[in-house]
Amino acid sequence: MSFLSIENATKSFGGLKAVNDVSFTVEQGEIVGLLGPNGSGKTTLLNLVSGALPATSGRIALEGHALTGKRPDLIARAGVARTFQLVRILPSLTLEENVMIPAVFGTVAHWGAAAEAVAREALETVGLTDAGRRAGDLTYIDQKRLELARALAAEPRLLLLDEWLAGLNPTELAEGIALIRSLRETGITIVMVEHILEAVRALCPRCVVMNSGTLIADGATEKVLSDPHVIAAYLGEVEDA
Amino acid sequence: MLLTTLILGLVLGGTYALLALGLTIQYGIARIMNLAYGELTLLAGFALVALFKGLGLPPLAALLLIAPAGYALGWVLYAVMMRPLVARSGGTGRLEVDSILATFGLLFLLQGIMLVLFGANFTSISYLDRGVDILGVSVALNRLIAFGICVVVGGALTLALTRSRWGLVMRAVALTPGSAPLVGIDVNRIARQGFALGTALAATGGASIAMYQTFSATDGVVFTMRALIIVIMGGVGNVTGALIAGFALGLVETFVATAIDPGLTLAATFAIFLAVLLWRPQGLFGRA
Amino acid sequence: MTRFLPAPALALLAALPLWLSDYGLGLMIGMVTYVTLASAWALFSGHTRYVSLATVAFYGTGAYTVAVLNEALPYPLVLLCAGGIGAAMALVVGLSTLRLAGVYFVIFTFGLAELVRQLITWYEVNVTGTLGRYIFLDVTAKGIYWQMLGLGALTIGLTAWIHRHRLGLALRVIGDDEVVAAHSGINLARTKLIAFTLSATIITLAGAIASPRWVYVEPSIVFNPTVSFLTVIMALLGGANRLWGPLLGAVPLFLLFEWLSVDFPDTYPIFLGLLFIGVVFAFPNGVLAGVESLRHRLKERRA
Repeated sequence: MSFLSIENATKSFGGLKAVNDVSFTVEQGEIVGLLGPNGSGKTTLLNLVSGALPATSGRIALEGHALTGKRPDLIARAGVARTFQLVRILPSLTLEENVMIPAVFGTVAHWGAAAEAVAREALETVGLTDAGRRAGDLTYIDQKRLELARALAAEPRLLLLDEWLAGLNPTELAEGIALIRSLRETGITIVMVEHILEAVRALCPRCVVMNSGTLIADGATEKVLSDPHVIAAYLGEVEDA
Repeated sequence: MLLTTLILGLVLGGTYALLALGLTIQYGIARIMNLAYGELTLLAGFALVALFKGLGLPPLAALLLIAPAGYALGWVLYAVMMRPLVARSGGTGRLEVDSILATFGLLFLLQGIMLVLFGANFTSISYLDRGVDILGVSVALNRLIAFGICVVVGGALTLALTRSRWGLVMRAVALTPGSAPLVGIDVNRIARQGFALGTALAATGGASIAMYQTFSATDGVVFTMRALIIVIMGGVGNVTGALIAGFALGLVETFVATAIDPGLTLAATFAIFLAVLLWRPQGLFGRA
Repeated sequence: MTRFLPAPALALLAALPLWLSDYGLGLMIGMVTYVTLASAWALFSGHTRYVSLATVAFYGTGAYTVAVLNEALPYPLVLLCAGGIGAAMALVVGLSTLRLAGVYFVIFTFGLAELVRQLITWYEVNVTGTLGRYIFLDVTAKGIYWQMLGLGALTIGLTAWIHRHRLGLALRVIGDDEVVAAHSGINLARTKLIAFTLSATIITLAGAIASPRWVYVEPSIVFNPTVSFLTVIMALLGGANRLWGPLLGAVPLFLLFEWLSVDFPDTYPIFLGLLFIGVVFAFPNGVLAGVESLRHRLKERRA
């Protein structure tokens, strides 16, 4: 039984099939890259896994327990955490309060000093200091770090990253890659949607590729990246001369 | 008896449909949840009565004055009150809460003005209330005229929104206000037009209702409530849905009033609302 | 320092009736009632930003319950019934709307008072045949004042406790971003339902406690829309998401309302409407938040 199994997942919006019969599995501790051109359904697939959107059909299971059809808070408590493509932090709360939330309302349900300790540890991992600041005052890169800290404070078993490395300058990118690499040691399973090939090559031994809602490749990263179908999906078909 | 209910219900439903049209446009295009909608309707009603009793102006002629006046009032309200809120919200969901609160205040303001100007008593005019025979049912001529106005205006609006370029622009803003500027649409201007159009429709509806119904300055909440429920039932921003839902509500209310009790019409409306909420909150015709 | 202020202040307020005239006591009852209403309103709507416009639906229900039951049951039992009915109403509203987007909740509460008023009127006219009812209770004005003071203190105390409890954090998160809240493990519907039911029950009890002042009660008297209106503007003005915000808004606005309704009996709704709009524009987060950000800016300038 795989750690995360996605079987024939489909999501339709009226006539449009944003996710069309996608199936793949992820083993515990793997870091898998989820690639594909814009509009291929990657974020929608993540939304299906995290429960942000209900699936039209198909089955998504974590260690055999079905996630499909469950409310997002139940999925979160099953050990799934995520970041969002457009950063969602809570501006009126402090950094510590922001990060504390999943620690308080997650499976382990810490409170008081224990929750604060978890929050502070997560903040340290991502490199944020001064936990008493208001989150609304943060810079963009720090907001991203805050969101990752919040996801980590949930002590998740499955981490979903939605283009977390986007919009970073080269120094920040290197730091970001190092940070995700360091998470590997905790045994956490990661599915990351990413466009930056340098990061994908550095972090993901395996990739799955989507195009227009369907899965077109699933395998070792270098093999997938040189697959002509994948290249065609990103660059368009090359006409024979 | 069933035929009477059917015909009277449809006639009433026509007015309700028109009423809801204005609100669905205001919410769908301008993103303003206007809780003072009923008061705007009543203002028009009072204006009609005042023009009729004071100047002897026939209601149909008064309507030609009231509808544009409603548009102008909506234009001013948007520019002065709503635009600053839109700017302040920066495209977040904050606008909905702000517009709810601001129009809640506006509701009291308008109601206060009407109470001062017209008092709290019931008002009505007696105009063309002889009966007309429709399929064996006697319907008051003024109700039929009101119904006719609603059908004409509602039909014209639906056509305009679906067939004209102006309508296309309106619908674009309603669907994706974020992308509209990318294709050169001035969202602020369209939102203002939408809001003003909504007020004009409210005014038309109010003036039509005043032709045959008694009303008072405190009836606003019930009018707004009905319009809101029709908008939800039809799907927000869905013009055809609002029309159908309006007719449906008119039928249900007339049925309840004749077969059960006239005092339970609001309860019936709420019951329908509850049913929609529990079963299909995006509206009977809305997209999931 | 501020932590030790409430207790002696409360004692002082409790002792007030010994020195006040009848008029003064009546004024204090009104003020404490609105402090309670505004604080109870803010308990739910302040943080979650789900605006409830149904305050008087619950307040009036509480009063009407007393009107119906005051000769049939002992007073404490009547209060219990009122609270129970308020909670039941809240559950109906909450279960049907709090699982959906906020606007449905607002719409439902908007028409609720009118619905309840019409239902009660219909029932009284057609089934029981008694439209007006009398409250002949042995409760003095002082008694009402002390009960309301107790309820108000309880409400503010409850709010303070919730702030320090998980529920308070959950409500604040829900108010900021429901998607994040759900993805962090918060059960949205249940959290909102609990807070709303608490809020509504307190408001219903306030109506029940205040009702003996009326003696003669009719649906159109107890379901006065101005109550819903004043509650919201008071909480907004002071700061709906601060502990003392509703109180700070209620006190001056209540006095203003008293003065306006006496000196301008016909035109005061116009003033109130303008004031309400003004508050929405000038103090969107309440006066307390405004003062806080001013202090913050002054501190930064000094640094």
